[in-house]
Amino acid sequence: MKQDFFSRTDVRGALVGLAVGLVLALGLPFLPGVGAGLALRTLTVCAIYALAAAGVGVLYGRLGLVSIMQIGLVAVGGWATLRIYHATHLPFEVVMVLAALVTAVVGVLVGLPALRLSGLSLAIVTLMVAGALEVLVTYAGFPNGGNGFLGRVSGGTLAVIMPRPGLGQSDDEFFRYVGVVVVVVLALLRWLLMVRPGRTWAAIRQGEAGAVSLGVNTVAHRLLALAVTSAVTGVAGALLAAGSGILDPASFKAQQSVLLFATVLIGGAFSLLGAVIGGLFFYGMPQLLSTVGLDGNLVFVVLGLGLVQAVTTAQAGIAGQLAELWRRLRPRLWPRPRREVTV
Amino acid sequence: MSRLTLSGITVRYGGVKPLDDVSLAFESGVCGVIGPNGAGKTTTFNVLSGFALPVAGSVDLDGDDLLAVPAHRRARWGLRRSFQQEQVVRTLTARENVLLAAEHSGSPAADADRALDYVRLARPHRLGAELTMFERRLVDIASCVVGTPRLVLLDEPAAGLDPAESERLLGLITRIPEEVGALVLLVDHDMDLVRAACGTVAVLDFGRRIAAGPTLQVLSSPEVRKAYLGIDEEVTT
Ligand SMILES: Nc1ncnc2c1ncn2[C@@H]1O[C@H](COP(=O)(O)OP(=O)(O)O)[C@@H](O)[C@H]1O
Ligand SMILES: [Mg+2]
Repeated sequence: MKQDFFSRTDVRGALVGLAVGLVLALGLPFLPGVGAGLALRTLTVCAIYALAAAGVGVLYGRLGLVSIMQIGLVAVGGWATLRIYHATHLPFEVVMVLAALVTAVVGVLVGLPALRLSGLSLAIVTLMVAGALEVLVTYAGFPNGGNGFLGRVSGGTLAVIMPRPGLGQSDDEFFRYVGVVVVVVLALLRWLLMVRPGRTWAAIRQGEAGAVSLGVNTVAHRLLALAVTSAVTGVAGALLAAGSGILDPASFKAQQSVLLFATVLIGGAFSLLGAVIGGLFFYGMPQLLSTVGLDGNLVFVVLGLGLVQAVTTAQAGIAGQLAELWRRLRPRLWPRPRREVTV
Repeated sequence: MSRLTLSGITVRYGGVKPLDDVSLAFESGVCGVIGPNGAGKTTTFNVLSGFALPVAGSVDLDGDDLLAVPAHRRARWGLRRSFQQEQVVRTLTARENVLLAAEHSGSPAADADRALDYVRLARPHRLGAELTMFERRLVDIASCVVGTPRLVLLDEPAAGLDPAESERLLGLITRIPEEVGALVLLVDHDMDLVRAACGTVAVLDFGRRIAAGPTLQVLSSPEVRKAYLGIDEEVTT
C-alpha cells in the first residue's frame, strides 16, 4: 500500500521547485545585465518579500485565514534582528533564528484572541495590529547601536550599521546568501505542508466540525500556523536588516500589508510558487514602474486590475495558471506515454 | 462491547428544543436511531460528539462521563463519527484523510492502511476531489474504524448512493461491531437498510423518544407507523 515517496507528484513538484530555486539563487548573478546592479539588488529584496508572501499564502490558502499584518511582522523581525545584534554581536545566522522566534511569539500573541472568533475577526485584528506596528516603529525607530531598550543613538553620535553576514559581503554574494536562505525556508515550509501539520490545516480549512470530530484541536493548529508563518516572515525582516544594516520605518506602512495580501492573491495563495511571484510583484512592480519613468503609486492601479482578474477568473492566481499551462504543454514537449500511477 | 446511556438529555436552540428530556440506552452491535426529518437524530449525534451542549442530562459510556470530555478529545477517547454531508478533505488523498483520523485519535499510521483495507478502497492515493460519492463514503467509514474506536456514529452514511452501493456499505457497517469491537449507532431513512443492519432501534419524533426496542417489533408498532405517516411506504416496503 505504501507508495514510493519520490514517485508522489507533490513530492516531485517540491523537489523540482527546490532544484530550480537553488539554480536561480546561485546562477542569477552570472546573467549579463543582472549581476551587481540595481536589478540584482531589486531581485534580492523581491526574494526576501517572497518569504512574507509565503506567510500570507499559507495562512490564506491552507487555513482560510486572512492576515493583514505581515509587513508589520517583517518590521518586528527586522527590529529584533538589529536589537539582538547590537546587544550581542552574535553571528548573523544565530541572530536571524532568534529574530524569527521573537516574531513567532508576537504573531501568536496577536492571533490568540482573534482565533477563538471568526476568520473575519482575524482580518480586522491583524489590520489594526499592522497600523499599531506602523505607529510603534515610526515612534521608536529601529535600533542603530545606541543604549537602552530602543537602542537608538542620540545627539551627534554616529549610527552603527550591522555588517552583512560573512558569506554575503558583496551584492552578488548577498543575493546568493538570501537566495539560499529563502529556498531553504520555503523548502522547510513545503515539507511541513506535506506532513501532519499540513494535513491538519487542510482538514480545518475544509470544515471545522469535520476536523474536530477527527480529534483536531483547531485552536492549537491555527496557532501553530500563525507561529510558523510569523517565524518565516521574521526571517524576511532579518534578511532586510542584513542587506542595508539599518532599517527605515517608512518601509513598513500598514498599507503595504494590504498590498502584499493583494499580490499573494494575484500570484497564487495555494502554492509557494505563487508566493515567489507575489514577492516579485510586491517589490519588483513599483521598481519597474519607476524605472520606465512612471509613478510608483500606479502599482495600486496595476495590482488592483490584477486582483480583479485573479478573483474573477483565476482563483489559484498566476501560479495556478502556470500549472495549468504546464499540464497542457507537457504531453507535447515530452511525448512519452505517461506511466499510469500504480499503487 | 460498550454500553451507552443518555439520560434526560435536553438541547435548546433559542425557543426550539430539538431534544426534550430524551433517555436512550444502547447495548451492543449496530443500533438504529430513526425518525422523520427534524426529529433530533443529528442533534443526538451532535450531543455525543460535543457540538451541541445539552442544558440538562448526562451521557455515560462504560462508566465514563462523556459530556465532561472536550469535543476534540473525544476521538482519542474512542468516538468516531461521519456526517450527513461527507467531510472528505478534497485537497488530501484518500489515504491522507484516513491517516489524519489515525494521527489525531492517537493511533499508529499502520492503522490507517488497515482501515483502508477494511473498506477495500482502490487506489487510495487519489485526491479526495477525484473520488466518487461512494468512494468518499468508504473513506468516511475507514476514518470511523481507524484505531480502536469504542463508539461509531454514522449519520445517513448511504445518502446519495445507489442500491448496489448501499448494499456494499451495509456489509461494511454490520461487520464493525465484531471486527472492530465498537458499538455503532446508525441514522438512516432507508428502512430496508435499518432492518438489515440494526438489532435494535430507537425512534425519535419532535425531539422526544417515542419507541425503542428490537427493530422488527418497534417498526410494526402503531405509534411508530403513525409518526411515519408521511413516509408510510418506506416503512412497510
Ligand atoms: N444549530 C441549530 N440551531 C437551531 N436549530 C437547530 C440547530 N440544529 C438543529 N436545529 C433544529 O433542531 C431540530 C432537529 O434537527 P436535527 O437533529 O438535525 O434533525 P434530524 O432528525 O433530521 O437529523 C430541527 O427542527 C432543526 O431545525
Ligand atoms: Mg439529520
